[in-house]
Amino acid sequence: MTMSEPTSEETVPVRLHVNGVTHDIVVPPRRLLSDALRHDIGLTGTHVGCEHGVCGACTILVDGAPSRACLMFAVGAQDVELTTVEGLTHEDGSLSPVQQAFKDCHGLQCGFCTPGFLTTIAAGIRDNPDPDREDARDMIAGNLCRCTGYQNIVASVLRAAEIQREEEAS
Amino acid sequence: MTTKMMGERVPRVEDDRLVTGKGRYSDDLVPGALETAVLRSPHAHARIVSIDVEAVLDVHGVHAVYTYEDLPGPMADPLPLLIPHPALTHGRTQYALAKDEVNYVGEAIAFVVADNRYIAEDALEHIEVEYDFLPPVVGIPAARAAQELVHEDVPGNRAATMHQSFGDADAAIRDATHTLSLDFTIERSASMPLEGRGTVARWDEDLKRLSVWTSTQTSTGVRAAVASKLGLDLGQVDVITPDVGGGFGVKIMHPWPEELLVPLAARSLKRPVKFTEDRREHFISAAHERGQEQHVDVGFDDDGRITGLSVHFWHDNGAYTPYGLIVPIITSTQLLGPYKPPNYSVTFESLYTNTVIVTPYRGAGRPQGVYAMERTMDAIAAHLGKDRVQVREANFIQPEDFPYAQGDLLFQDGRPLIYDSGNYPELMDKAKALIDWSDFEAYREEARAAGRKVGIGIACYVEGTGVGPYEGGHVHIETSGKVKVSTGLTSQGQGHETAFAQIVADELGVPFADIEVVTGDTRRSPYSVGTFASRAAVMSGSAIALAARNARQKALRIAAQALEADVDDLEISEGIVRVKGVPQSEIALGTLAVLSNPLRYAFDEASRAATQFIVGDPLQPPVGEDDEPGLEGKDYYSPMRCTFASGIHAVIVETDPETAEITILRYAVVHDCGTLINPKIVEGQIHGGVAQGVGGALYEKMAYDEHGQLQNASFMDFLMPYVTEVPDGIEVDHLETPSPLNPLGLKGAGEAGVIPTSAVFASAIEDAEGFPITAMPISPSELHALRLTHEHDRARDQDTIERSNS
Repeated sequence: MTMSEPTSEETVPVRLHVNGVTHDIVVPPRRLLSDALRHDIGLTGTHVGCEHGVCGACTILVDGAPSRACLMFAVGAQDVELTTVEGLTHEDGSLSPVQQAFKDCHGLQCGFCTPGFLTTIAAGIRDNPDPDREDARDMIAGNLCRCTGYQNIVASVLRAAEIQREEEAS
Repeated sequence: MTTKMMGERVPRVEDDRLVTGKGRYSDDLVPGALETAVLRSPHAHARIVSIDVEAVLDVHGVHAVYTYEDLPGPMADPLPLLIPHPALTHGRTQYALAKDEVNYVGEAIAFVVADNRYIAEDALEHIEVEYDFLPPVVGIPAARAAQELVHEDVPGNRAATMHQSFGDADAAIRDATHTLSLDFTIERSASMPLEGRGTVARWDEDLKRLSVWTSTQTSTGVRAAVASKLGLDLGQVDVITPDVGGGFGVKIMHPWPEELLVPLAARSLKRPVKFTEDRREHFISAAHERGQEQHVDVGFDDDGRITGLSVHFWHDNGAYTPYGLIVPIITSTQLLGPYKPPNYSVTFESLYTNTVIVTPYRGAGRPQGVYAMERTMDAIAAHLGKDRVQVREANFIQPEDFPYAQGDLLFQDGRPLIYDSGNYPELMDKAKALIDWSDFEAYREEARAAGRKVGIGIACYVEGTGVGPYEGGHVHIETSGKVKVSTGLTSQGQGHETAFAQIVADELGVPFADIEVVTGDTRRSPYSVGTFASRAAVMSGSAIALAARNARQKALRIAAQALEADVDDLEISEGIVRVKGVPQSEIALGTLAVLSNPLRYAFDEASRAATQFIVGDPLQPPVGEDDEPGLEGKDYYSPMRCTFASGIHAVIVETDPETAEITILRYAVVHDCGTLINPKIVEGQIHGGVAQGVGGALYEKMAYDEHGQLQNASFMDFLMPYVTEVPDGIEVDHLETPSPLNPLGLKGAGEAGVIPTSAVFASAIEDAEGFPITAMPISPSELHALRLTHEHDRARDQDTIERSNS
C-alpha cells in the first residue's frame, strides 16, 4: 500500500557547535543528538551501536567530557561545545596522538566502535597524560568492542599518551 | 630489491579513514534516503488472523507499508533454503513478511517506509494484527519431547537426523577396558557485531538499474538473491559492500528479509530507501548460534587412548533452517580435533524451536564439538588419574600421518574429511612451555597455602579453513604504475586491504603504497562466494597471488620485447623491470602498461606513447592473437578441499572461595595457520576471538522464557565482555606448517581464538573446584550452586559410609 503527500512533524531550530563550527539545523524536538550529528550535519563518524548508552560507540565530547550522543536530544546540546571523531584530527589534517596510536598498535579492526574509543581516550589522556596499564584499562572500561579483544586498545592508550607527551615536548 | 612484505607487521591501510571518521558504513551512505521500520511479531508462535494497516494512512510522513499481501512474484515465495542437504528432510524457511503464521518473537510481519526512522516506528504502532495463539516450543528438551510442534507438518520437530560413522564404535566401546558415559550442554550466544544489519538501495528508473549497499559478508550472494526475488537480470543489480562494522557470521545469512524489502521499496517508490537495524531488533531477529545438548559414550585403554567414540547430540536450529545443516555437520566432524579414534559414530538431530534462527557464528559449530571432545579427554584423564596433556598426546595424529583421513567422514563442503598438514605434538610442546604447564602443581600448592583456589585448563582444536568452492582475484597495473586489485569477498575488519596488498607487493615486486585493494563490489568482481569459515586469506589470498603471477608474466613478456632480453633474465623490484646484471637496461611497469595497450587516440602524455602508430609491429595486428590489451592478471583459486589449521589454548583461573567469581589469571594460545601474511593482524584476530570466547564461556546466553520471549535483548542484560572481563595480556605463539593445498601455504586464522574457549574454561574451573563442569557458560551463581550440590552430595555420601560402618 502506498501513500502520497507525506508531511513532516513539528520542528524546532537548533544551533549546534561541533568541532569549532556552528550548524543551524531544524529538527523535531525528539531528534537524538547522535542522529542530528550523523544525518542533519553529515558527521557520520559518530556511530550508533545500541541506542541505550551501553556500548559507547556514539561517545562524543560535550564541553570536553565524554558523553553518549545517543542519550541526548539535539535540542539539549545547544550552548555547549561538541567534539566528534572528525574533530580530533589536527588542523593540518594529520592524525592526533590517539588516532596515530590506534594505527600504530592495531587498536581497531572493523572500526565501528573506534570513534567512541578515540574520543573517550582523547579526554582520558588529557586528564591523565601519563597513564599506567591499569589506568589505561579503566579509561576504556565503558566502551564495548567486539573485534579486538581490547589488548591492542590498551596498548593504544599507552602509545597515545606517549605521542601526546612527545608532541607537547616539541 | 623490494622489501619482502609477507610475514611483516605492516600497519593497516584501512585505518586512516576509520580513525578519522571517514569510514563509510551502510547507514552513512545515500543521505536523504527514506527510512524504514519493521513490525515484528511479539509472539513466539501464532497464526495471523488479520492485519489492518489502514490507520498507518493517518501518520504524516509515511510513504508506504508492505505486508505479505503486497509482495509481488517471487517475493511472495518462501526465502531460499541456501544450503540444501539430503539429510535435511524437513527444511523450512520464512517469508520476507510473515504469511499466515509467525514462529518466533521478532519475525517480520510488516514493513513501513517513511521520511525517517522515528516516523516509521510511530507508524508501526498503528498496525493492528489479530493473532490466534499457538503453544510455543522453547529449548531443546521441549523440542525433543515434541508434545507441541513448531511446524505442524514437521513430525517430532526434527528438521534432520544425520548419522556418520567409521569403524564400529559400539563394539569398540563394549569391548573397551574403560568406558564413560557423559552428558554436556552448551548455551546459545550470538555474533553481536557492534554495527547491526543495514541496507540501502537506489533504483535508477532511466537505466533500469538497482544499486544496493549492504552490510554483508557476501555481496554476490545478496546480488543473486535480490535479482532472483525482484525478477531482475543479474546484470541490472550492483551490490557494493562498504565498510562493515563486524560480522562474525551473522552477516553471511542472505538474504535477510530487509535486504529484499529495501530494494523492492526503492524500485517501487523510485526513491532511495534505507534500513538500519536497532539493537533490540538485532537480538530478536538476527541469528543466534551454539545451543546444543550432547551425549558421549567413550571406550579407552589404560593409556587413555580412545578405542571407540559414540556421540549423539541435539542441535537447536531455531524456527527455520535457511542455512541448512552446516552448523551441526561441522560439530559432528570437527569434534574429532587432532585425535584419531579408530572407531567413531555420530548422530545429530537438528530441532525446531519457536526462537530466532540459528546460523553460523564465528567458529560455526566447532566450539560445541571441541567442547564435547575436550571435556571427554578431561573425563578420561580424571578417570585414569592421568595428566590431561598425556591423555591428549596419546591420541594425537602424528606429523608423519599427514595427509590424514578421518575415516570416510564427509565435511561441511561435502568433501572427504582429510587433514592436509599440521604438527600437534609440537603445538602441545609450545603450549605447555607457554603456560608453564609442568610448574602448575607447585603454583597450585602455593596458592592453596594462601587460601586461594586456582585451576589450569587446556584444550586443542583443528579447524577446517578456506572452504571452497572458489574465489577470484584481479590485478590491474595502470599506466601510472599503480596497481588496482579486486576480489569479490568482503571485509568486516580483518584487514584484507592490507593483507592482500602485501601478497601483491611480493608477487609483483611493486611498492606496497602503490597497491589499492577493493573487496566486495560486484561491479569489479561479479564471481565470488563470501567471507566466512576463515576462508578469505586462503581463498582470495591464493587467487590474488595467482592473478598477480599472471600479471607479472605478461609484464615480463612485454618487457622482454621492449628490452630485447630473455624473460628468464628479468627481475622486478620497486615496480621496475630490470635485466639482471645490466643496470641501465630497465623499464617501469607503468610504461609496460602503456605498451600493452595500443590506442587510437592520444588523450594524454602516457597515451600518446601508446598509439598504434608508435607501438607494435606494423606487420602484425595491434593486439595479437591470444592476447588482450592492458596489463592485467586474473585468476581463480578453487581447492580440492579445506585446509586444516590447528591450535591449543590454555588458561589459568582463580575461583573465589566465597563468591565463586571466576578470574582469569593467564591465557595462552598456540596456533598454526600455516604461512603468516601479517602476524599483527593474525594476533588481533586471536585476541578478538578469545574475548568472544570468554563471553561465550562465562557470560553470554540467550535467556528465553517459556513463552519464547528473549528476556535479555539489550546490551544492559546480555553480557558481552568489556576490557574488564578479558585477560590482560593474551600470550600467543605461532607454529607454521604451510598447507600443501595452496600456492602460499596459507590456512585460515579468523576463528581460532574462539573455538576452544568454552572447553578450556570448563577444564580450568573443573580443575580448580574438583567436580565436573558439564554446562557452559557458567556464571558465579551457577558455580556457587554447583558447589552446594557437590557439598551436599559429599555430605550424604559421607553419612552413608558412616551409617554402613556403624
